[in-house]
Amino acid sequence: MLRYIVRRLAQLVVVLLILSLLLFFWLRLLPGGPDSAICGERCTPEQRTALRSAMGLDQPIWTQYLKYLGRIVQGDFGTSGFVEPGVPALEVFWHRLPATIELTIAALIFALVLAIPLGYFAARRKGSLLDSTGVVVSLLGVAVPVFFLAYLLKFVFAVKLHWLPDSGRQGDINATRVTGFFVLDGLITREWDAAWDALKHLILPAIALGFIPFAVIFRITRGSVIDVQNEDYVRTAESKGLTTSVIRRRHILRNAMLPVVTVTGLQVGALLAGAVLTETVFAYPGLGQATQIAFQNRDYAMLQILVLASAVTYMLVNLVVDLSYALIDPRIRTR
Amino acid sequence: MVMDRKKERIDALAASGGSASTALLDSEDAKSGGGSIIADAWRRLRVSPVFWVGAIIVLLFLLLAIFADLIAPHDPGQLLLRSQTRLSRNQLAPPQPGFPLGGDLLGRDEFSRLVLGSRQTLLVGVFATAIGLAGGMILGTLAGAFGGVVDTVVMRVVDVMLSIPGLLLAISIAALFTTPSQWSVIIAVAVVQIPVFARLLRGQMLAQRGTDHVLAARALGVRRAPIVFRHMLPNSMSPVIVQATVVVAVSIIDAAALSFLGLGSQDVATPEWGQMLGEAQQKIDSYPALAFWPAGCIVVVALGFTLLGESLREALDPKNRR
Repeated sequence: MLRYIVRRLAQLVVVLLILSLLLFFWLRLLPGGPDSAICGERCTPEQRTALRSAMGLDQPIWTQYLKYLGRIVQGDFGTSGFVEPGVPALEVFWHRLPATIELTIAALIFALVLAIPLGYFAARRKGSLLDSTGVVVSLLGVAVPVFFLAYLLKFVFAVKLHWLPDSGRQGDINATRVTGFFVLDGLITREWDAAWDALKHLILPAIALGFIPFAVIFRITRGSVIDVQNEDYVRTAESKGLTTSVIRRRHILRNAMLPVVTVTGLQVGALLAGAVLTETVFAYPGLGQATQIAFQNRDYAMLQILVLASAVTYMLVNLVVDLSYALIDPRIRTR
Repeated sequence: MVMDRKKERIDALAASGGSASTALLDSEDAKSGGGSIIADAWRRLRVSPVFWVGAIIVLLFLLLAIFADLIAPHDPGQLLLRSQTRLSRNQLAPPQPGFPLGGDLLGRDEFSRLVLGSRQTLLVGVFATAIGLAGGMILGTLAGAFGGVVDTVVMRVVDVMLSIPGLLLAISIAALFTTPSQWSVIIAVAVVQIPVFARLLRGQMLAQRGTDHVLAARALGVRRAPIVFRHMLPNSMSPVIVQATVVVAVSIIDAAALSFLGLGSQDVATPEWGQMLGEAQQKIDSYPALAFWPAGCIVVVALGFTLLGESLREALDPKNRR
């Protein structure tokens, strides 16, 4: 197991190195070149020349790459030009990270809490109304563009019905900040109204963002349970008179969970990309909105940290997913 | 040992179509009657409502795009209903005889714009898929045919591309173009699909390497190129083609997302659904219908291609054979 983890981490480092190389060339290829990437379009020609020589753009390309790599390792991504002008990109990133984590977790909870039980019961009553409705909804989930769903939810529940707020993370509330996770902050400081308000702001974006993962996880759970419930050991368990809840928990769900965990890990990619669209629609001040602003205004310092961070997150999550197999399936542990 | 699951899933996709493809392209086998896989697949497709719904949607969409000129009642660029459009008073041209959906924000015929928009959407879907498929086939064939170092290098590059969430990769590529256009969107969306196709095809090719007919050809002294192009590649294609059907839907949705983020075509002369949706979104509070029509079209078409692809995959899956 340890050897496996080490090998996977080594693979990760290789992929990261290639990624940094691609990012390096990508930054050079972007319209305006790497000097604009740092100082945007606000520099005077003199400043630009000074910057170019300061950045060593006259040096051989490999030297430049190694220096670039050195800066990244030290966490120096340059200064944000537009998202939060003048602030180091890394700082902007940390500042906005909790918002996106909060939203992503809310979306994932929405997806899992609905998809797994629904998928299970749809499979157990295959062909029932619940089953066919679930299948149709999950097919729609793959075909509806995230941003349109977000707009639809916002239009119906925020603009027309006024049930929920239409934008932002929290209303006009004087809340104490502890962790940057607004719901958690409200709970820690016992400012219940602040926590409740932050939660209300999360509901619509979380549903919009979680809908695709819901659709995918539902389908996988359903398919997996259908496969498992026909296994001999389930029939044995049934015939020896175990209760439905024991069979469900120990025999079906546990064996059906492996593909579900896998797909949940893969959905983190969809969540990261979907956050860009959802946060934009709901003016939610997280990393997704920062990505959209950065692209729209060509804030390249922010862009490289955002792209790098999403790739790293995605890879790490899937590493954790792979490792979690051992927890779910003891057969893997012994290998 | 557990490998990275995303790869495994694509590889499994490859494996599931593997044995089906062998017979699918072996025409003599296919013609030999009820037991063959293509007949078997068709037997299952014929009774599948999913297949028919998907196929009919895709067919109608293709007809709409081909005959768009004849179907559209008006020129989509002309401001025919301008006199009835007063944005300052929140007033758009309502539906009326000859204009079933009324006018858009500028007083152009919404229905004609939707009809002609189908062409751009088809263009994006088909070209993005074709480019992604071509790129993926080159990489996948290289990796699968040579193995060893070539395989490792190609697959590491593919890993990197897979490590960036699809839409984010598309955005990054779209940003490389100074002025966004229809083609920058197509290329951005296509590149995202290259690693998916590459991995799928490589898995198929690797499975082919161990098969009897490839071993036999090698034993007979056939050189590498004919083995790859005559034996391995044709027998690896069927899951790739199934995947391509689904990718058309993904490309259409991704292209719409790029338009929404302002990285889409800025060409106002040719209407495009994603672009129409982007325009309408700025005024969605006042005119929700304007956003609803293009979005509805995108959803229906994406659903059509998804259903078609899913039913093909299901039908070709050897697990489902009876």
